[in-house]
Amino acid sequence: MIEQGTSQQRGNNLDPWYNHYAQRTSGLAASEVRALFAVASRPEVVSLAGGMPFVSALPQDLVSGAMERVMREQGAVALQYGSGQGIPALREQILDVMALEGISGSADDVIVTTGSQHALELFSKLFIDPGDVVLAEGPSYVTAMVIFKSYQAEVDHVPMDEHGLIPEALREHIARLKTAGRRVKFLYTVPTFHNPAGVTLTWERRLEILEIARQNDILVLEDNPYGLLYFGDKPPAAMRSVEKDGVVYLGTFSKTLAPGFRVGWALAPHAIREKLILANEAAVLSPSSFSQLVISEYLGEADWRGQIDTFRGVYRERKEAMISALEEHLPELSWTNPNGGFYVWVTLPPHLDSKAMLPRAVTELVAYTPGTAFFADGTGAQHIRLSFCYPTPENIRVGVRRLANVIGGEQDLLETFAGTGPLEAAPRRSRTSANPPTDLR
Amino acid sequence: MTEKEALDIVVLAGGISHERDVSLRTGRRVADGLNAVGHRVAFREPDGTLLAFLEQAHPDVVWPALHGASGEDGALRGLLELTGVPFVGSRADASRLAWSKPTAKTLVGRAGVATPASVTLPQETFRELGAGSVLATVLAGLGLPLVVKPAQGGSAQGVTIVTAADELPRAMVDAYTYGDVALIERKVDGVEVSVAVVDTGDGPEALPAVEIEPVEGAYTFDARYNAGETRFFAPARLDPEVAAAVADAATTAHQALGLRHLSRIDLIVDAAGTPWFLEANVLPGLTETSIMPQAITAAGREQGEVYSALARAAIADS
Repeated sequence: MIEQGTSQQRGNNLDPWYNHYAQRTSGLAASEVRALFAVASRPEVVSLAGGMPFVSALPQDLVSGAMERVMREQGAVALQYGSGQGIPALREQILDVMALEGISGSADDVIVTTGSQHALELFSKLFIDPGDVVLAEGPSYVTAMVIFKSYQAEVDHVPMDEHGLIPEALREHIARLKTAGRRVKFLYTVPTFHNPAGVTLTWERRLEILEIARQNDILVLEDNPYGLLYFGDKPPAAMRSVEKDGVVYLGTFSKTLAPGFRVGWALAPHAIREKLILANEAAVLSPSSFSQLVISEYLGEADWRGQIDTFRGVYRERKEAMISALEEHLPELSWTNPNGGFYVWVTLPPHLDSKAMLPRAVTELVAYTPGTAFFADGTGAQHIRLSFCYPTPENIRVGVRRLANVIGGEQDLLETFAGTGPLEAAPRRSRTSANPPTDLR
Repeated sequence: MTEKEALDIVVLAGGISHERDVSLRTGRRVADGLNAVGHRVAFREPDGTLLAFLEQAHPDVVWPALHGASGEDGALRGLLELTGVPFVGSRADASRLAWSKPTAKTLVGRAGVATPASVTLPQETFRELGAGSVLATVLAGLGLPLVVKPAQGGSAQGVTIVTAADELPRAMVDAYTYGDVALIERKVDGVEVSVAVVDTGDGPEALPAVEIEPVEGAYTFDARYNAGETRFFAPARLDPEVAAAVADAATTAHQALGLRHLSRIDLIVDAAGTPWFLEANVLPGLTETSIMPQAITAAGREQGEVYSALARAAIADS
């Protein structure tokens, strides 16, 4: 009875472990914005939010044939634990994939991971101490930042322009951080068909940035999920193609095959590689043997280069549909026009707040990702990321038309209240997550 | 429960409202509760196949767990009435009244329950009369602090507490982002309580009031759906006579709006012990962090048993 009385006096917060969570989990919380994304999965909604590959463009018999052969010929291996580094044959084939982007290396330096997302996690576990600084483009890939922050790093955004990360800005940021006595651990970059900005780092800048990193003893983490999905000319070769010791390279089959396999990889200098293998074993024992063998079989038997060509065609058509729809319905806005990848980065008129505008978009049955998701400090409200990878060209046109209504309605609303007081959206508590759910990233 | 006593129940959840996520969580909890007491439960989203499915499947009863528009505004309930399939909860006409916060305030106020002074303004009014002068009139008439909210909707989406005059314009923008009409209400200081009202055939019964005390700030969306961010007291820490007044205000509101089976009435109890009506919900949240499940537990009852009794009441009412 005494305990009941005490409990009644204290009340019930519905989570008896509330005070037990690690500090680094403070950002893991539901939020109003995240809840709104739930609607994006409904068929009535045109979702321009998700970065989901259009896997329907992959003939299913190619995959089912590979699966059948694996089970028939290597079933016992496929269903068993495997090596923490990944299956040797697949690591050899990964070298062939990377060669398309100018990278040469040894299969010994490849570690297969559970999607490149897991490589990001392992790399962060190896390198980040609380309080470290991670340099990243501004904006940057949302879920990389979630990982960096979960290891209690501070993400310092370096500005980009239409040619990618700005080397001079990188120099300035490093100098400022050094002066402040901060420890910069690495530069995280998506140099080719950037997520979310859609831009590609020029070759000259790649060399310059590598030189800056060398001079300042900063490791480069090159994340390249989209490099093979170009629409016209090939993009510049990967940064790893010219710098072996100072770059850890991340690749994935999620975009060139299918994300459901959850197979990616890291190519790392040998000392880092050894630690990544141990970390991988500690985390998952071994990546999925089944998925690795199926992909290996697919790469060995199917015309995977032709399939990548097919994906390029699909995404090129969708990108063109999005750009023409933007030109037709939102000519007053500016946006990037990517030569590959999945994303267009749109700049809204001044004073519009993409996060605050999201409820109106849901009402209009269109979803996008607010720019705030791509900045660690929650800035970026004047931008939105539009994904053209998943919806059909027709739906993209419908979605952009709806988006134009949303923007028009919001502008109308702000004009109504112009001059009556500050109209900037109230800052939200940063400890709740405004990030989209996994299938929308 | 015997096989024969078990009901075929369709739980409807999801939808395309702003509260889809909350609805899915409510629906799963209701389905779990009904399963636990032995009913045969189908979990469905409202979509293009729903009406044909109901016609073909002829469930004993539909248990709508749809928050937000369509689910709570009477639209779907009106269609369910036309199909003749029994359903849990208020009928379409009463739902429409409760869904509109200004209408609900008017009707409950006329029934004798205090409700904070307010004004309801469509966006067009600001265009027509000039935003500056309208805001000035609102501030002069209602004073500060204020609560600005969309005239429809739940889960505190689009709600802002305004404590300074220069916060009001942005609060209006946030409310209008959710809908074309906003309610601006004088904020009453006091203890925030919610009362679940249940009627399984013997008249509306107020379950123990639940007192809400956010760990920091207001009872926002984040505070509602992140366990640990709000402290609840069930029953609320009220003097017996105040608790009785709160229960009376809740059942009065339930009846004034013509609600059926279940509702949640949100109130503020001021320092003098007067309960002030804020809004009524025809589908209370029933998630892990929601208030009504706590009220059910505080009343010494089981979730599944209550959801089952409501299902049987719906059949009896049909």
